[in-house]
Amino acid sequence: MLTRRIIPCLDVRDGRVVKGIRFQALRDAGCPEEQARLYEEQGADELVLLDVSATPEGRKTQYETVRKVREALSIPLTVGGGVREADDAARLLDAGADKVSINTAALMRPELLAEMARRFGSQCTVLAIDAKATGEGGWLNVVRSGQKDTRKDVLEWAVEAVETGAGEILLTSWDRDGTRSGYDLDLVCAVSENVTVPVIASGGVDSPEHLYEGVQAGADAVLAASIFHDGDYSVRDIKHYLQQRGVEVRL
Amino acid sequence: MSEREVMVVSTGTANLASVLAGLRRAGANPRVGRKAEDAAEAQALVLPGVGAMAAAMDTIHRHDLAETLKQRILQGKPTLAVCLGLQILGETSEESPDARGLGVFDAHVTRFSGNVRVPQLGWNRVEPGEGCRLLQPGYAYFANSYKFDTPPEGWYAAMGDHGGSFVAALEKGPVLACQFHPELSGAWGLELLKRWLKTAFESEV
Repeated sequence: MLTRRIIPCLDVRDGRVVKGIRFQALRDAGCPEEQARLYEEQGADELVLLDVSATPEGRKTQYETVRKVREALSIPLTVGGGVREADDAARLLDAGADKVSINTAALMRPELLAEMARRFGSQCTVLAIDAKATGEGGWLNVVRSGQKDTRKDVLEWAVEAVETGAGEILLTSWDRDGTRSGYDLDLVCAVSENVTVPVIASGGVDSPEHLYEGVQAGADAVLAASIFHDGDYSVRDIKHYLQQRGVEVRL
Repeated sequence: MSEREVMVVSTGTANLASVLAGLRRAGANPRVGRKAEDAAEAQALVLPGVGAMAAAMDTIHRHDLAETLKQRILQGKPTLAVCLGLQILGETSEESPDARGLGVFDAHVTRFSGNVRVPQLGWNRVEPGEGCRLLQPGYAYFANSYKFDTPPEGWYAAMGDHGGSFVAALEKGPVLACQFHPELSGAWGLELLKRWLKTAFESEV
């Protein structure tokens, strides 16, 4: 049986970690490969590297960052941010990503998912969704860069994307992200029940309890950032907690 | 620097960075290639694989590698096959009905079914059966939608469970074929790579 994955997320801008572990006496807190290595030692099952560079110049450092993290890391690495076409994904995979996540580009052109699945396999093709609650029991996709709603329904989009080629869904609640109030559990539950591929819950985690709730709602993997970066809990602490509550984890 | 030179076959469809980094961490000196004569002579060879069986076999046939790879495995030369690399050792696959595998053994690859997530993405328990020497129990990282249900005759197998039992890995002497990714399986995977390399270079003077 598959264990539930615990996935820390690193935000990287211009080759430097902007949201990462703060508590450790790191030689260089902005060094992505050092942070990556630390998370692996803590028992992370996978790492997500999100490039939040605002400029094309900043993005160019992305490949070098991925190369360095790859050399340091012996767990899977998912990279997202700024992927517009299949060739961008190919460059990231060549640099050492094991999976590439796409968001806006897939919304604009769903065939990109099919192209990626054909070239690299659906197991490399991750669809990132930013979901905003409508207040009427549904969710709409939000385009992060434009910070605007699309009219596309999240559940319909998730199903369509999986049929087109997505092999995994990284599901972030736009409403909860950064609020530390826990995952949007209705969202996690609804998407998990509507697709057959694995779902990673993201957005809003502040405590081990929140991660447990995400698993109970149906998430195959739970992603968090600040809870790990702030050093309140190590990945291993969380895994022990989940195991005590009957969740199968890799320890 | 280690002199344990390992040839990594480029099937064109695979992302090689993780395999190369994993081999380096295990103390090997990996070289990427696809020439049949190199593949025949390499002391140790890795057959990686990401993507679909038909595409990988296309590349293998285009470079006249099929018979060379099959023979070196049948002769028991040190070889490590990873993920799709394991699946193409069989005859046929549900994934690519028109394609033919290397036919090292007679087996058919099928898609996961039942009430489980497909692709299988994540860490699953690997349980080696009797006779396994390289494979040890532990958690390995899998990224696959297809698998063998039962081990072929003459191979020692480790099994996993994802909506039913499936072949997690096969071994025979210095030939190791893993459905999971040892290069992405943390410390456990690194130790497995080291054991395979040790076996692969044991016979060398």
